[in-house]
Amino acid sequence: MNQRNSSIGKGVDWVMVWLYAILVMVGLLCIFSVEYRSTDSVINSFLGFKKNYSKQFFFFVFCIVLATFILLIDSKLFTATANFSYLTGIVLILLTFVIGKEIKGSKSWIPLGFMNLQPVELCKIFTSLALSKFLSMPETNFTKPKSQLIAAAISFLPAVLSIAQGETGLALVYFSFLIPMYREGLPPGYLITGAAMAVLLVISLLFSTKTLLIAFLVVAVLFIFFNRRQVKRSNSLLAMVVIIWAFCSVFVGVLVPFTFKHVFKPYQADRIFSMVGVDNPFADKNAIDLSNPEELKEKKKKTDQQNYNVKQSKIAIGSGGVLGKGFLKGTQTQGDFVPEQHTDFIFTSVGENFGFWGSTLLMLLYLSIIFRIITLAERQRSTFSRVYAYCVAAILFFHVAVNICVTVGLAPVIGITLPLLSYGGSSLITFTILIFILIRLDADRQMVLR
Amino acid sequence: MSVFNQSRKSVIQLVFGGIFVVIILQLANLQVFSSKYKVMADDQGKFRKVVYPDRGIVYDRKKKAILQNQTIYDLMVVPNKVRGVDTASLCRILGIDTAVFNKRIVELIIKNGRARPSTFDALLSDEKMAMLNEGMYKFVPGFYLQERPVRSYPIDAGGNILGYLSEVDTNFLKAHKGEGYQIGDYAGKTGLERTYEKVLMGQRGIEYWKRDNKNRLTERFENGQYDTAAIAGDNMHLSLDIALQEFGETLMQNKVGAVVAIDPRTGGVLAMISSPTFKPKYLTGADRKKHYAELLLNPALPLLNRTVNAKYAPGSTFKTLQGLIGLHEGVITPSTPFSCSGAFYGCGKPMRCLDPGVWSLKGAITHSCNTYFANVMQRVINNPKYPNLDSSLNQWARYMHAFGLGHRLGIDVPTERSGSIPNAATYDKIYGDGHWNFCTFRSVSIGQGEVETTPLQVANEMAYLANKGWFITPHMVDSIEGGDKFGLMDKFKEKHQPLEISDSVFEAVHDGMQGVMDGGTGRFAQVPGIVVCGKTGTVENAYGGVKQKDHAFFAAFAPRDNPQIAIAVICENAGFGSTSAAPIASLMIEKYLRDSIAGPERKAKVEQIANLNLIPPRIYKELRRMDSIRHVKDSIYQASKGYIKIVKDSMGLDADDEADAMDKVKNRKDAKKETPVKDSTPVKPKTKIEAVLPDNKVKPEATDTTKIPEV
Repeated sequence: MNQRNSSIGKGVDWVMVWLYAILVMVGLLCIFSVEYRSTDSVINSFLGFKKNYSKQFFFFVFCIVLATFILLIDSKLFTATANFSYLTGIVLILLTFVIGKEIKGSKSWIPLGFMNLQPVELCKIFTSLALSKFLSMPETNFTKPKSQLIAAAISFLPAVLSIAQGETGLALVYFSFLIPMYREGLPPGYLITGAAMAVLLVISLLFSTKTLLIAFLVVAVLFIFFNRRQVKRSNSLLAMVVIIWAFCSVFVGVLVPFTFKHVFKPYQADRIFSMVGVDNPFADKNAIDLSNPEELKEKKKKTDQQNYNVKQSKIAIGSGGVLGKGFLKGTQTQGDFVPEQHTDFIFTSVGENFGFWGSTLLMLLYLSIIFRIITLAERQRSTFSRVYAYCVAAILFFHVAVNICVTVGLAPVIGITLPLLSYGGSSLITFTILIFILIRLDADRQMVLR
Repeated sequence: MSVFNQSRKSVIQLVFGGIFVVIILQLANLQVFSSKYKVMADDQGKFRKVVYPDRGIVYDRKKKAILQNQTIYDLMVVPNKVRGVDTASLCRILGIDTAVFNKRIVELIIKNGRARPSTFDALLSDEKMAMLNEGMYKFVPGFYLQERPVRSYPIDAGGNILGYLSEVDTNFLKAHKGEGYQIGDYAGKTGLERTYEKVLMGQRGIEYWKRDNKNRLTERFENGQYDTAAIAGDNMHLSLDIALQEFGETLMQNKVGAVVAIDPRTGGVLAMISSPTFKPKYLTGADRKKHYAELLLNPALPLLNRTVNAKYAPGSTFKTLQGLIGLHEGVITPSTPFSCSGAFYGCGKPMRCLDPGVWSLKGAITHSCNTYFANVMQRVINNPKYPNLDSSLNQWARYMHAFGLGHRLGIDVPTERSGSIPNAATYDKIYGDGHWNFCTFRSVSIGQGEVETTPLQVANEMAYLANKGWFITPHMVDSIEGGDKFGLMDKFKEKHQPLEISDSVFEAVHDGMQGVMDGGTGRFAQVPGIVVCGKTGTVENAYGGVKQKDHAFFAAFAPRDNPQIAIAVICENAGFGSTSAAPIASLMIEKYLRDSIAGPERKAKVEQIANLNLIPPRIYKELRRMDSIRHVKDSIYQASKGYIKIVKDSMGLDADDEADAMDKVKNRKDAKKETPVKDSTPVKPKTKIEAVLPDNKVKPEATDTTKIPEV
């Protein structure tokens, strides 16, 4: 291909292309191993568009066409249309509120007939482009809070909309835009504060408000007591401690309960709580008592289902052992024990069939593609390309890390896909576009794009 | 610009790498260091399916299959595929209404889930099966028929010999650890099915299957690479003549007793009838539980195999052996005369004798002279050759043991009892050391008192006499196809020749026995054209302290010069030995030697004997009492369930069997023992001879199942 179409192939980073292709192939094999039964005729079902692996295969073919097309586009188009495409993305997300179709509890899908499109998924591309565009503008001074605020707004607007649709998993992905921002000079203080806030949020969800308020008070008093000399010397330290204490207390005591009681709808609150694995303590007790037991049962069933998923996922992976059971020989995979195995839990089939060495190899493959992207990023002349590359790396990393953490039981169940491996046109196409735009931009790395 | 913050690249890479390392560590934890997930995965994803081989087929001596395998069908249902099935016509075929249908489906869903096949109707009858098969297209895919192999008994005879299969219990599993039995397996419970379990069972196969999340078996694991194939059980050939067995069962109907016929040349059992008996197919298939309860509660004890598991005083049939011992010890010669003037006066108080006169051995046997044999045994016991009574009595007991009495012969039908032959220790125990002499147990000389034999032992005794001095341990199984791999039949090849006794001695005894048939007490056992040697016996007995009508005994072998059959017949409480037991033996001999009964007169005899009702009246009394109990206690079924439990609890397959268990149940009810009473000897208080029949039918008590005694 590269010989004949040398104009396309020129400057293209083939390492990336190969890594991409290998991962998609592995994905196809995994989906195949999930669905294949010894009685199936392979070729017929591969071309039949009935089985998931067959569909994924056609999605892949479509992606090849799409990738070629992207490689033919002039890089300048991406910078030029970045803001426009971002707007389009937002409009599409808003559109789902009107014509959205509900799949698996979130009304974030637009039915297209042959497939269902999830705009939040696509919006990752547009957001990456828009963020890159904004950060690469000469008038942007990223050391100023104003610019930082705008960048944050660009990044998190789709996430907020997505949460409103009930698709929390994908919304979390937008946190990964903090990484390119950090690379571009966002003070680490923000990230540390952000991380601290996240921890605060999680513990405020995990523990009761009363416990936390007492705990904060105790910690603050103890801190002041042990540092009483320094506190005496500088009032600012005392002020800081008091401010932090006050903030934490207000956050836990007022903000969180208020948000969960009045801003979120009960089911959204429940969903967020179920993410950390506790029952919603802010739910209206009377409402629960009055609501019919069916609903409670339903809720219980959902938690049970999630626990079941993780348990089955761990069994499948754990039973693979060091060497794995061999391709198509996984009893857990073949027995349909792991729910959603072809999508969010596709990693289990790798774990079971290929064992520890296979899983580790896959992790290394992902790590190589991510590090390769970082390498590409650092060799760009234009800020646009660099920021964009970091966006891609961060998104990929976030997906991989969270997805695998879920399957091995290190994180609560968050429904996000394993890039390039999971079944699903929406996800595959998104990542193909993300990666090939990067490859396209990298091919023009000598150019300065604005 | 890109120079700025370039160091942050490394920080980012470090964070990425760090998190990946954490994930890989967790993977190592799950996949390398933890084994519990493998176990869990095997538990849910793999299924070890035991493949049962066909059990061996059992043939009789004429190569007729008498115990074989039959396939019947279960109707299976997969609840989640029932929608759209023609329920109405299915219900019509099964004879149930739609409400029952729905109820059953719901029950099955609760039990087995929606996606797994469950048994909707087990063990379909032939007509149901035919109708279902025809209309099956209307019921697929929700319903299908599944084969199930069961044991079948083509000929309705030999229930006590062949035995049946039943589900193994915990005791059995404990006793047969490492032999591959699992809960839910079937194993031979009684009879030959039990003795030859190893042979008939064959070798189980194991298939590994993959199982899916709905617990359905999907496909073979690794294409059956780890499977082992099942090997069918070996077929067995019996020495039993099923036609003779059937004939004997007909003759014995409406009687309580037993018949054992042996081929003296081989020791092979030709027929073994215990009456009342049961149809073997009663204890296989769907109604097993119901039938079992009925049989267990029947006061006539049909489950008791009287041929080996009941003990009777041998009565006069014992005299032949007494004669042999006397001759062998040299205390008499065949011509030694003893005179009988109407009673035996050797011990002061006279022992009555029916045939006054002067008899030598032949005449004494022919006329069953009590006095003669009392004298013979007295001489044996008081023989000056021995220093004291102890040693002479023990010597006598050793002879009896050598003749196969007083110990288990080792036949391959389970639950054999040893019977008993008294020795010095026996009497020391009853009367105190040395406080006894011949007169104390003189009734033993005529086969009453402390002597107890099983019908099998008596038949074997006849075989011994017929062979003039040897016998082969009686056995059912003649040969096993593919060889006797477990050495189960080794003891049946051995010839027992305990004593060197000259043929002339036997001739004398045979003369006497032939005399019995010609003009003595056994005239009714004559077989036209065949020289039969026989001996009648009339056994006095008491039940619950009340003297009962005598047991009729008859033992014989035929033909005299080329013995082919040795037979023992006992009819409980039938009166004089010659009127019931003797004709039965005679007809059996004729049937076996001639293959049929010749002449209208003999055929009429068959008819007459078959219709003769000799069931003791007390059994009818019991039955009536049970009926009235049934009215009082609303649920006899509950009671029977309780008793089955008692029996099961106390039974353990390797302890004894149902009969023992029943004894235990009986003991609990302080059954009065059957004590032999003899004409002149007072009932000895310390002698306890185990009852053949329980006096008191166990009372069904529905609520009493918890009070099971430690047995």
